[in-house]
Amino acid sequence: MAQFNQLTSKVAPMPNENIDTDQIIPARFLKVTDKVGLGDNLFADWRYDGNGTPKPDFILNNPEMKRRAILLAGDNFGCGSSREHAPWALTGYGFRAVISTSFADIFRNNSLKNGLLPIIVDKETHAQLFSLAEEDPNMSLSVDLASQTLLLPDGRQVNFPIDGFSKACLLNGVDEIGYVLNMDEKIKAFEAAQA
Amino acid sequence: MAKPQNSTPLTLFEKIWNAHVVAQEPESPAVLYIDLHLVHEVTSPQAFEGLRKRGIAVRRPDRTFATMDHGIPTHDRSLPIVDELAAKQIAQLETNCEQFDIALYGIHQNQDKQGIVHIIGPELGLTQPGMTIVCGDSHTSTHGAFGALAFGIGTSEVEMVLSTQCLLQRKPKTAKVEVTGKLQSGVGAKDIILGIIAKYGIGGGTGYVFEYTGEAITALSMEERMTICNMSIEGGARAGMIAPDEKTFEWVAGREFAPKGEDWEKKLAYWKTLPTDEGATYDATFSIDANTVEPMITYGTNPGMGMHITDNVPDPAQIADPSHRSMLTKALAYMDLQPGQPLLGKAVDVVFIGSCTNSRISDLRLAANMLKGRKVSKNVRVMIVPGSAQVKKQAEREGLDVIFLEAGAEWREPGCSLCIAMNGDQLAPGQYAVSTSNRNFEGRQGKGGRTFLASPITAAATALMGVIADPRTVFAQESAH
Ligand code: SF4
Repeated sequence: MAQFNQLTSKVAPMPNENIDTDQIIPARFLKVTDKVGLGDNLFADWRYDGNGTPKPDFILNNPEMKRRAILLAGDNFGCGSSREHAPWALTGYGFRAVISTSFADIFRNNSLKNGLLPIIVDKETHAQLFSLAEEDPNMSLSVDLASQTLLLPDGRQVNFPIDGFSKACLLNGVDEIGYVLNMDEKIKAFEAAQA
Repeated sequence: MAKPQNSTPLTLFEKIWNAHVVAQEPESPAVLYIDLHLVHEVTSPQAFEGLRKRGIAVRRPDRTFATMDHGIPTHDRSLPIVDELAAKQIAQLETNCEQFDIALYGIHQNQDKQGIVHIIGPELGLTQPGMTIVCGDSHTSTHGAFGALAFGIGTSEVEMVLSTQCLLQRKPKTAKVEVTGKLQSGVGAKDIILGIIAKYGIGGGTGYVFEYTGEAITALSMEERMTICNMSIEGGARAGMIAPDEKTFEWVAGREFAPKGEDWEKKLAYWKTLPTDEGATYDATFSIDANTVEPMITYGTNPGMGMHITDNVPDPAQIADPSHRSMLTKALAYMDLQPGQPLLGKAVDVVFIGSCTNSRISDLRLAANMLKGRKVSKNVRVMIVPGSAQVKKQAEREGLDVIFLEAGAEWREPGCSLCIAMNGDQLAPGQYAVSTSNRNFEGRQGKGGRTFLASPITAAATALMGVIADPRTVFAQESAH
C-alpha cells in the first residue's frame, strides 16, 4: 500500500458540498480493467466541455492549481457509489490529501487504502481554511500524519482524527491483505465452528 | 435457541456482528467473516489482478457469485458489444470466473439467471437472514431487507474478501429508523425512503447502520422492504436492515440456494432469534410517520433534495445557511428549474422504470396496472428494464410485456441500464427523466441529463401524461371514465 508521512502543498479549494463519486469520476470511465490514467478524467464533467476542451472557469483548469496535492472540499465529500476509481482518479491526478468536515464511509475506507489521506476538520477550521485560501490563493498547508496535525500558514496547528490502525498502515505502508492472510489459522477455526 | 436469561439485550445488527468476528486485536478493526460475496464486472478486475500478483486462489469460491449488470447492453444480446472497453471488461470477468472457479450468471453463460446483482442475490436464495454479505457496490444494502448485514465495499476490499473471506471493519454505530402508521393508497416504499432521506439529508446516516422498524415496515412485502434498504446508502448509511419475520422465511423457502430439509429447520430456528431484543439500545433514532408520506419526487441533484409531488420547488432565498443556499442554487441551475415552480405538469423526455431499487416483478405489476389498455405520451421515451432474466420471464408469463409494448413503451433486457448510463442507455444533455432509480447526481443518467427520482407508479403516470403526474389523480381520472 502507498505510504503517507508528511506533506506540504498549496491547496486547491472546491467549496461545493456533497461532491459525489459520479462527479469525481463519471461512470462511463469505469470500464477500465486497471487503475491507470483515471486522473485524466478526474471531475471530467466539470472539467471539460462537450468537445473535451478544458472549461476555463473550473478551478483545476487554472494553471496556478497544477500539482497541488491538497484538495480543500465542502462537507460530505465522496458520497455515492463504492467505486474505488474515485481515490484512484484523485491520486492519479496528484492529490495526496482531501480536507473536509466529513467523508462518506466507503469513500473514506477506499482512500485510506490508496495513500490518500482524508482529513476531517471542524466547521470553524473548515470555514477559516476557505477564507485563508481566498485571501491568499497560494496559501500552503503542511500535514504531519504521525502527530495528526495540520499546520496553517499563521503557525496554528490543528489536530485531526484518524484511527490508530489506519494511521499505522499509512505510515508504514502496511499491506492489510497480508495482515489478514496471516490470520489463516483463526479463519480456519472460525469456518470449522460455523460449519 | 432460547435467549439465555439476564443476557444484555442486543440489536439485530449486534447479533450478526458478534457472530462473525473472527479476531479482534486491541486498537485494530475487527476481522469480520463474510458469508456471501457478490461480484460484478466493474469493481472486480483490479481485485482479481491483485490475487494473480500474489499468486493466490479465491479462498471460498463456493461463497462467491458473479454476474454482469452495469456495462452490458439491454437490447438484443445476440449482437456483439460495440463498446470495446465494456466488451473487454465483460470478457475479463468471464476469464476471472473461469480461472478462479466462480459461478457466473452472465450474458454468455447461465443467462437465464443473470440480472442486477442485488436482484439476483435474493432471487436465487443466496441472500439469507443472519448473513454478512458484501459486494463492490454501494447498493448491497438492499440485502439487509432479509435481516442480513449487507454493505458495499471498494475494490481493495473485494480483493481482501476474495483472498481471505474476511474484511477488516470498525464496528459502526446503529440507528433505529422507525416508520409508524399506515401508508395511503398511491404511496409506496419508494416514497417512504425518499421521505426519510429528504428529512434527514444524504449525510444523516454517515457512520450508522440503519434498522427500519415499525408497523409500516412490517406491513411491507419483501420486495418493498428491499426498495427501502436499497436506498439506505442515499441517506449516508452503509447498511440498512429489517428484522426477519414470517414473510422473510416464506420468501426464502424453496429457492435454489436456500437451505433444505433438516438444514432449513436448523437455520430457521436460528433466524427466529435474530430480531432485536426488547430493551436493546441504538446510538440514534430517526422516525417518520407513514400517514404523512405522499408521493415523492426529487427536484435537485442529490437524493435528499426531494419533496411531495404536489409541493413547489424550494427557493434558495429562503435558506439561511450560505453553503446550503449555494448548493440549492447550483442544483436548480443544473436542473433548469425556477424557485417556487410546481413540478406537476413539467414535461419530461424519458421515463425509466428499472434499477436495483425498482425493477422487481411487483414494481412492474404496478406500472403495468397503470399502463394497461392506455398509451404513453408521444413525447416521451419510456424504457422498462427488468432487474433480472427471471423477473423478465415472470413478467412475460403474466403478459406484462404485451401491456408495455402495446402502450408504446420499450421492453428491454435486464441490467442496470439508464440507472448509471454506462452501457449506451443514456439521456442527451438537457433531457429530463422521471426515473425509478436511486441517484439524481449531475450526469448520472448521461452527461447533462436531468433526473427526477420517483416511484414506479409515479413514473408510469408520468409516462401516460408526458408530464410529471400525481399517480393518485391519474388513477382517479381513469376510474371516472
Ligand atoms: S441498478 Fe444502478 S444502483 Fe443498482 S447496482 Fe446497477 S448501477 Fe448500481
